[in-house]
Amino acid sequence: MKDYLPETASQTAGPYVHIGLAPEAAGFHIFEKNFGPVLTNSQTQGERIVIEGRVFDGSGTPVRDVLLEIWQANAAGRYNHPADRQSGKNLDADFRGWGRGCSDFDSGVWRFDTIKPGAVTGRDGRIMAPHVNLWIVARGINIGLNTRMYFSDEQEANRTDPVLNLIEWEVRRKTLIGQREQRGSETVYRFDIHLQGEAETVFFDL
Amino acid sequence: MTDKWTPREVVHRDYNSHPPAFAPGYKTSVLRSPRNALISLQNSLSEITGPVFSSDDLGPQDNDLILNYAKDGLPIGERIIVHGYVRDGFGRPMKNTLVEVWQANAGGRYRHKKDQYLAPVDPNFGGCGRVLTDENGYYFFRTIKPGPYPWRNQASDWRPSHIHFSLSGEAFAQRLITQMYFEGDPLIKQCPIVKTINNDDAIRTLIAELDTHAAVPLDCLAYRFDLVLRGSRATLFENRTQGAAR
Repeated sequence: MKDYLPETASQTAGPYVHIGLAPEAAGFHIFEKNFGPVLTNSQTQGERIVIEGRVFDGSGTPVRDVLLEIWQANAAGRYNHPADRQSGKNLDADFRGWGRGCSDFDSGVWRFDTIKPGAVTGRDGRIMAPHVNLWIVARGINIGLNTRMYFSDEQEANRTDPVLNLIEWEVRRKTLIGQREQRGSETVYRFDIHLQGEAETVFFDL
Repeated sequence: MTDKWTPREVVHRDYNSHPPAFAPGYKTSVLRSPRNALISLQNSLSEITGPVFSSDDLGPQDNDLILNYAKDGLPIGERIIVHGYVRDGFGRPMKNTLVEVWQANAGGRYRHKKDQYLAPVDPNFGGCGRVLTDENGYYFFRTIKPGPYPWRNQASDWRPSHIHFSLSGEAFAQRLITQMYFEGDPLIKQCPIVKTINNDDAIRTLIAELDTHAAVPLDCLAYRFDLVLRGSRATLFENRTQGAAR
């Protein structure tokens, strides 16, 4: 291990993370192009969905200064990245698969406009149920927290998902299921994240 | 990105280099840290891939914090260059990694609607920038050295001067946010956020060194700050060996 360089230590993103990663939310305009929570354009293929939720601390209070990123496959189940060599799945040039959002400073609600991802092949050729990878940082979080959101209308696929099945406490698996609801013309998956306590969300060490 | 890109598996994170989630000296972490252990995953495509960025995503002045918010003059403060290399744990250059930075101004005041500190905002300083690393993993940006500032932890706590860094890496598992400190700052060793890291070697990796060789005479000083993301190795999982653990 002598030649191995240790990873740079993580530090909290702090309360003003928006300045660097979402300056418009911090209250000023500086960059011509901003990264944001809308992953689709008019050409993107797939079923339009909204993922929405809040992050709660150990007292049940919404975390109002959280920043989240999501990373997901396209509608065909392929990641827009050169390491994804799954055959028979097309790339979608109009879908990067990544977005960044932050909670509202008052309500704590965050939201992404995206598409429902297709299933991706996991290790040993086992199919993973459709899922969205999330990464969460905020004041008080010393190292970014990783989790996944699965879909409540994919019960069959969820039952055989290799990652959900790693969670030996079956009662905790449901913390990773986004609940589908129809709101007017929008299909919304509600996904609340509990950092600590009774309904604590499962977090992963990737 | 080239067609020859080999799928690479990210090696396991060594938590000795990192702060624990629960670090009571940093009070906010008490209610924002999970009580359950993290569940460890072996890498799948979901973890070894991540967003790819290009120069089209950025603007020409995005890495110049001295000029990118200048309205009717230059910002006040110490002019500095910050530069260095981003590598992975095996020493490979991390190419095309998105490096995003943000910081307070020379007086320790952030341009953020939630910052109430009485030190004034500098009308010519925004405090954020971003840059992609080149083929060698090299990045640089120019800025004003940030001032320390007080914060509500213990009533007398002050943050050392620091610049926040965010790195994308090439895999979602390499995603990292950290803070860069400045060599010689006496506030470093008193800071409850620095001290969430229980490892002096790991703390030293966050301290940029004064780099007079890179300074521009009669213009600005320079600091050198190298970063390391998690190592990644060529993976066997497309043709995995017989009997490997699942």
